Amino acid sequence: MSDLQQILADGLNQIEQAETAQALDDVRVQFLGQKGSVTIQLKQLGQLAPEDRKSAGAQINQIKQQLFTAIQSKKTTLMAAELNQKLMAEAVDVTLPGRKQTQGGVHPVSRTMQRIIDLFSQVGFDVVTGPEIEDDFHNFEALNFPAHHPARAMHDTFYFPDGHLLRTHTSPVQIRAMKNMKPPIKIIAPGKVYRSDSDQTHTPMFHQVEGLVIGENVTFASLKGVLNQFVNAFFEDDLQIRLRPSYFPFTEPSAEVDVEWKKDDGSINWLEVLGCGMVHPNVLRSGGIDPEKYTGFAFGLGVERFAMLRYGVQDLRNFFENDMAFLSQFQAAGESK
Amino acid sequence: MKFSENWLKEWVKYDLTTDEVMEQLTMLGLEVDGVESAAGVFSGVVVAEIVACEKHPDADKLKVCEVNAGDETLQIVCGAPNARVGLKTALSKIGAVLPGDFKIKKSKLRGVDSQGMLCSEVELGISQESDGIIELEASAPVGVDVREYLQVDDQIIDIDLTPNRADCFCMRGIAREMATLNHLSINAPIVTTTEPSIDDTIEIKLNAPEQCPIYGSRIIKGIDSSKTTPLWMKEKLRRCGIKSIHPVVDVTNYVMLELGQPMHAFDADKVDGGIVVRMANDGEEITLLDQSMAKLTPEFLVIADHSKALAVAGVIGGLDSGVNDQTQDIVLESAYFDPATIMGKSRKLGVHTESGLRFERGVDWDLQITALERATDLITEICGGKVAPIHIEQAKQHIPKQQDVQLSVTHLNKVLGFEVAPEQVSQIFEGLGFVTGFADDVWSVSSPSWRFDLAIAEDLIEEVVRVVGYDQMPSHRLHSSDAIGVIPEEVKQLRFLKQQLADMSYQEVINYSFVGERQLVDLGLDTGRFDLANPLNKDMAVMRTHLLPGVLANIKSNLARQAQDLALFEVGKVFSKSAAIIQQDVLLLAKTGQQAPEQWSVNNQKVDFFTLKGDVETILSGTGLRIEFSVSSQAYLHPGRQAEVKLDNQTIGYVGQVHPSICQKMKIKQEVYVAEIMVDASQRLQLPVWQSVSKYPQVRRDLSIIIDDSVTWSEVETAVQNSLGDERVLLDKLCLFDVYKGDNIEKGSKSLAMAMIFQEKNRTLEDKEVDKLVSKAVSFLSEQINAEIRS
Repeated sequence: MSDLQQILADGLNQIEQAETAQALDDVRVQFLGQKGSVTIQLKQLGQLAPEDRKSAGAQINQIKQQLFTAIQSKKTTLMAAELNQKLMAEAVDVTLPGRKQTQGGVHPVSRTMQRIIDLFSQVGFDVVTGPEIEDDFHNFEALNFPAHHPARAMHDTFYFPDGHLLRTHTSPVQIRAMKNMKPPIKIIAPGKVYRSDSDQTHTPMFHQVEGLVIGENVTFASLKGVLNQFVNAFFEDDLQIRLRPSYFPFTEPSAEVDVEWKKDDGSINWLEVLGCGMVHPNVLRSGGIDPEKYTGFAFGLGVERFAMLRYGVQDLRNFFENDMAFLSQFQAAGESK
Repeated sequence: MKFSENWLKEWVKYDLTTDEVMEQLTMLGLEVDGVESAAGVFSGVVVAEIVACEKHPDADKLKVCEVNAGDETLQIVCGAPNARVGLKTALSKIGAVLPGDFKIKKSKLRGVDSQGMLCSEVELGISQESDGIIELEASAPVGVDVREYLQVDDQIIDIDLTPNRADCFCMRGIAREMATLNHLSINAPIVTTTEPSIDDTIEIKLNAPEQCPIYGSRIIKGIDSSKTTPLWMKEKLRRCGIKSIHPVVDVTNYVMLELGQPMHAFDADKVDGGIVVRMANDGEEITLLDQSMAKLTPEFLVIADHSKALAVAGVIGGLDSGVNDQTQDIVLESAYFDPATIMGKSRKLGVHTESGLRFERGVDWDLQITALERATDLITEICGGKVAPIHIEQAKQHIPKQQDVQLSVTHLNKVLGFEVAPEQVSQIFEGLGFVTGFADDVWSVSSPSWRFDLAIAEDLIEEVVRVVGYDQMPSHRLHSSDAIGVIPEEVKQLRFLKQQLADMSYQEVINYSFVGERQLVDLGLDTGRFDLANPLNKDMAVMRTHLLPGVLANIKSNLARQAQDLALFEVGKVFSKSAAIIQQDVLLLAKTGQQAPEQWSVNNQKVDFFTLKGDVETILSGTGLRIEFSVSSQAYLHPGRQAEVKLDNQTIGYVGQVHPSICQKMKIKQEVYVAEIMVDASQRLQLPVWQSVSKYPQVRRDLSIIIDDSVTWSEVETAVQNSLGDERVLLDKLCLFDVYKGDNIEKGSKSLAMAMIFQEKNRTLEDKEVDKLVSKAVSFLSEQINAEIRS
């Protein structure tokens, strides 16, 4: 039976050598086809003595099975190689730039304003807004700036011929809110404000966020607490703040708030970032709120100031030049250059 | 206000560094703006006397001086015009170091040895300008160190006072604050009452008693105007930023700085008859001390005599009636003027005076006599003279009243949120000079005559907390309600709209709300414009009626900086005025250049009408409402490439190409497309409502037609819908996928290719049914809009 062993060895060898599907099929025909050598062996079984036939038959079938399995396995290998070759021909240069659309962006002042709104919204401050062209009552009178008050001179006001004016602060929204809402009141009022002042550190239009809280346990110490938390949250840093006495007609006591800021040379200085105070009883009355029952605090901050500190912007005027080279630095997903 | 720290130390004997003093002042509400040394850093400079002075043999402008420096006599070459025999001045000896680390060495000037240098104020860093070497008093001790003699080891502190704190425009006021904070006593100068030696008085008429309720005066006769102001006074004045002029004027300024009462001195010979305090006549003229001529109006208060105005009350004196070096007899003025009357007058006259600054914020109304006595003391000490009695006229009903204010312990703690010991509060009130009573946990406080800002309990609370220290105040948590607020789901929050636009490639810009008149006129957008009464300049004179002028200017400036493809948006108010003032929030989109960034993988297209239209549709898609575009005629847009945008039958804006002639005028060389949309419309959102989803297949039929070019897609779309009658519900989508003009299509016609997608919710549509629907559409199109069917 060395013939059979020879056939198996030849078969396996040729299967191993086959490099294409066709060559493999030729091998299959040569061994397992109608006239294949294994088939012939099977056909010749009849010539054997009946007592040998059974074991010889089993042996041949075993060889047939072995070759068949080897062919199947080789076939899978060849097909995988073939597919792989075909796919490799489709390869791309993965370093070519991706297909993309331009990413736009939100203005840094809007971005900063939104951040401020988000922080206060978390603790339940409602956002309210008011008109930019205001009347004297809301901008001054109701805020305890009587006519001829020296503090009016500090607001370089833009007027219209009919006596209206461009609001010089977001504080008029305080009056509007008090008239529309009942305590407890907890609002912020973001928006544009105007002063007729233009130089390196002043633009005639800028943005403020006003805060107003009125209720039964609203104290000067809680104002300090709120501002402390806000400054730390905004800058994501444990910065010291300093309240110091100041003067605004619509708050009493009043304070200016400085934040501890590290200069490039490592020294620390205090930067003024906002004004605040306890709402003046006259202002509460203007808004129809009983000062005997309620107390309130208010604060007003300059958005550009916070944006400059947060992003290191050096020149205030950049914000309104609308140069793409500047604005694109604040895009949500900066375009790779 | 600038003041000398040494002067403050005379008032309050504190033991603090200058830095600590500055910190304390700031924390009291007297914000320190800056600090500077009273003189530069120098050493080795002594008082010396010029004992001989000869012309330099080889230089016209130089002098060779023999100078007595105490222990030696030195030869100094000097170029100062005022170098003369007998003058006492400052000598930098060899080895001296002047500001800027400038070392004095032995030198030769034009062949003559100089053993040092005579110094000017500028060279010693004492002042910004000088026209010669320092002239020291004749009594100055030769050989003494100049630093010691001039006491220049001093700091000049500049404080910025809020409008309510006029009381700190003087040493008395600042000292009061520092003494209260540090629990120290005040050493005020002793003011003596001078016994009159003559009995001259001047008649005073208060013709405007409301504006001037107190006018005090005193005549001093026979003063010696040739006397000079003593060095100590000159130095204090200088360190407070006031120049020495004349001993009498210097004294009035000194008293103002010391006690807070601005004063004036008239030359008695120039006063005709008596003093009349009255409102100015319309057009009344007066030459002011600064030699400018002022034309007054009746809103100005003047100090006049019987024939003319002598001074603008509370602001500035007149040139003609002022004292000079010939003056012998003077009339001193010490008055109280109503702040509202003085307010703004300096600005109107274009002069900024120390007096105006104080009177417009309020001067102590109980200080006039004290100030007159103090000035009398100082004037007679320097210039001699005979003193007449004080003559004061008052209109009592117009003098400000003391305010009586009550503050309870409960209210104090309620506002502050923390407790202050009542004893400490009483101590603070006392230190600040308030007359106070405390009974039943309530303070009764009478406001002092120098404070105009104490009317209600809260004003007292501020006094307490600022002396306690804002930095000593605890930080409390705000006790908030836990109410959950509503976030309306049918409103796209502005932040999401902005982020959506950013993700659609738009960059937000923010422009000023005012523009130039020409910008609006050029764009034909000046209807209903609202002009500012006091604009900064003509380019910021009119409120914008539209966002376009600003955004177009941004496009222009960015194109000039070589950005070619731009997509910008702005959200802001536009303003107009007809019957009422309208302030409306508008969104403007603008695109120009290529649609996508330049890249190898995209067949790029230029921005066109449909880019902007598509963007508008994208923004509005969440509204779930019908969006329509129809031909419009806005003057600022291209007449053939613009549309009105309607949302749910309401006009909400326009989209189109900016009129090419506008771009040409602005020198923008590429097409710019814009869309303006009302912000509230673009924020609308539809609340999703569930609908059943069909499980049955869609059936698609493509249809290609040729029609006249003038027929719009909207007409074709409507025709297709109408052709189906009640069965239009089966048409799920009608999608236009090709528009073609050109080869094989007759001129004046176009080919439209569309896909009709049918679906029935409850069953599978049969081919036969669909074919019937399509043929309905086909025949309708050919009959109604004369369409030729291609397939």
